[in-house]
Amino acid sequence: MNRVFGDRKTILILLLPTLAIYVLFKVVPVAWSLGLSFFEGNTLRGFEFVGFDNFTTFFSDGAALQSLRVSVMFAILATIGQVTFGYLLALLYVFVLRKGSAFLRTAVFFPMVLPTVAVALLFRSFVSVGDTQGPVNEIINAAGGESVEFMASTSGTMAVALAMTLWSSMGFYAVLLYTGLLDIPDEVIESGRLDGASGLRLVRHIIIPLSLPILLSSIIFSLNATLKVFDSLLALNNGGPGTSTAPLTLYMYRTAFEYAEYGYGSTIALVLTLLCLVFTLTVFRSSRQRVED
Amino acid sequence: MTTTPSLTETLPPAPAPGLRPRQPARRRARRALRRVPVWGAVALLLVIVMYPMVWMIFGSFKTPTEFFENPAWALPESLSFDNYVTALTRGNVAINYRNSMLVTLPSVFLIIILGVAAGYALEIMIWKGRHNTLLFVLAGIMVPGQMILVPLFTVYFQIGLTNTLWPLILTYTAMGLPLTTFLMAAYFRSVPRQIFEAATVDGASPLRSFFLIGLPLMRNAMLTVGLIQFFSVFNDLLIALTFTTDPELATIQLGLLSLSDEYGSTQYGPLFAAISVNIVVLLIVFAFLNKKIMAGLAAGSLKG
Repeated sequence: MNRVFGDRKTILILLLPTLAIYVLFKVVPVAWSLGLSFFEGNTLRGFEFVGFDNFTTFFSDGAALQSLRVSVMFAILATIGQVTFGYLLALLYVFVLRKGSAFLRTAVFFPMVLPTVAVALLFRSFVSVGDTQGPVNEIINAAGGESVEFMASTSGTMAVALAMTLWSSMGFYAVLLYTGLLDIPDEVIESGRLDGASGLRLVRHIIIPLSLPILLSSIIFSLNATLKVFDSLLALNNGGPGTSTAPLTLYMYRTAFEYAEYGYGSTIALVLTLLCLVFTLTVFRSSRQRVED
Repeated sequence: MTTTPSLTETLPPAPAPGLRPRQPARRRARRALRRVPVWGAVALLLVIVMYPMVWMIFGSFKTPTEFFENPAWALPESLSFDNYVTALTRGNVAINYRNSMLVTLPSVFLIIILGVAAGYALEIMIWKGRHNTLLFVLAGIMVPGQMILVPLFTVYFQIGLTNTLWPLILTYTAMGLPLTTFLMAAYFRSVPRQIFEAATVDGASPLRSFFLIGLPLMRNAMLTVGLIQFFSVFNDLLIALTFTTDPELATIQLGLLSLSDEYGSTQYGPLFAAISVNIVVLLIVFAFLNKKIMAGLAAGSLKG
């Protein structure tokens, strides 16, 4: 039996195409990019070995540090928002609406499948000012306030970007956490109730600890996704005003393809990759310690 | 959000068996009353989720004068499709759709068919090093797209692929394979091995049992994973932006981006029409497949 399932030819036929594409289009480029981060220049101008210069440049490059800040801040704030709102929604689905939550689950999830550029343009017009003013400023005016030009300030753009991210993905995190909450056995919750826990206490002492693994997965997934944010910030305000809301991804794209600095661009990409790794490991380790304590 | 207070108030009360038979009518009324804040919160939530889209779809029927003169929440005065005509004829929306499909369908097909084969080779076949190979492929999930852009761009440029859709198809396939292979291996793991062993006893080669038993068994998984990949390819901007320069090759995301530059804040109608086409088409697809899509996206993120 094992000889049949160990047949080399079959393994090669089935696995080789995937492995070849993966190595050629992903592993080799990653290694190449890693190497490029020690060079300066581009294909036309030629490359020059500069050692760790790109890395030292990065930490004295104001725009790079600003984009690093944007990426980290956006990732942390968006993750807090997504996981918190997602969790509240999931609790609402499981414990309040129960079987009746199907429609709400579907409706809140839907924006997730829309193209990010479409969502960004939708939100940009939604908060616009002037002759073609959007509803947000109409409401502000109706309440007696002056119209706010959100896209003219860094904090305004970031606020809209965060609201937009929450709007489009909270339903997704809600479904994710909902599946996790469904896995908690009813008996455990019932016995918690019998012991006198109810409402917030039940959530804090029984439901949250039991759903910790799935909360953790959501946090790691959300951090990884939001650190890679590109489309929405590009489409929303093109990283503006100026370059104040350009995340690392956008800064990398511009450095490599608009200024044709392939080497430095690769360095920025590497910093981004390391950032994802560090965030993931930090969350993972801190949670494991908590579980062990 | 406003659901917090109502949530804690309306968590089902602790069962108190002794009380249940007393005053059932009043109790029911009280329970219904307690539900009011919940329904209020649900309604508010639905408004928050739907209103931006509804507003945009209404906007797509408005004339420029209506934008200037009427308040933002006004309904369109008439149902005119002028904006749609403009968007479709001038804005290349139709070409963008065609390109997106020409890229997405082959990519997803390749990702699924290669991924399911690799999943079978890694999970059902028995050989030394298969666990490490799976880990090696899995590592690809962590790598951001930015990390492979420059080398791939260089190569595509040098072999003259930059003005075709091939760079997109190849790159999407490579990017989708790690997660798909991993998920397919996980799905194969949940199938009892005896099924494949029985086929072997009956004289089927492992390749034959892959095609005759493995593939049909994975039909559901392939649809689910296919949907995850469909949306991640269909909604990508980074790869499309980097590897296509010709507007004739622009995908939907690129088309929308250039539309917003072209129309800016001056002409909302056609822009809204172009976005509404997307919202409505995806809404129809979602209405039919929402369970599979939600399950797929959730599985893809948790296992990845």
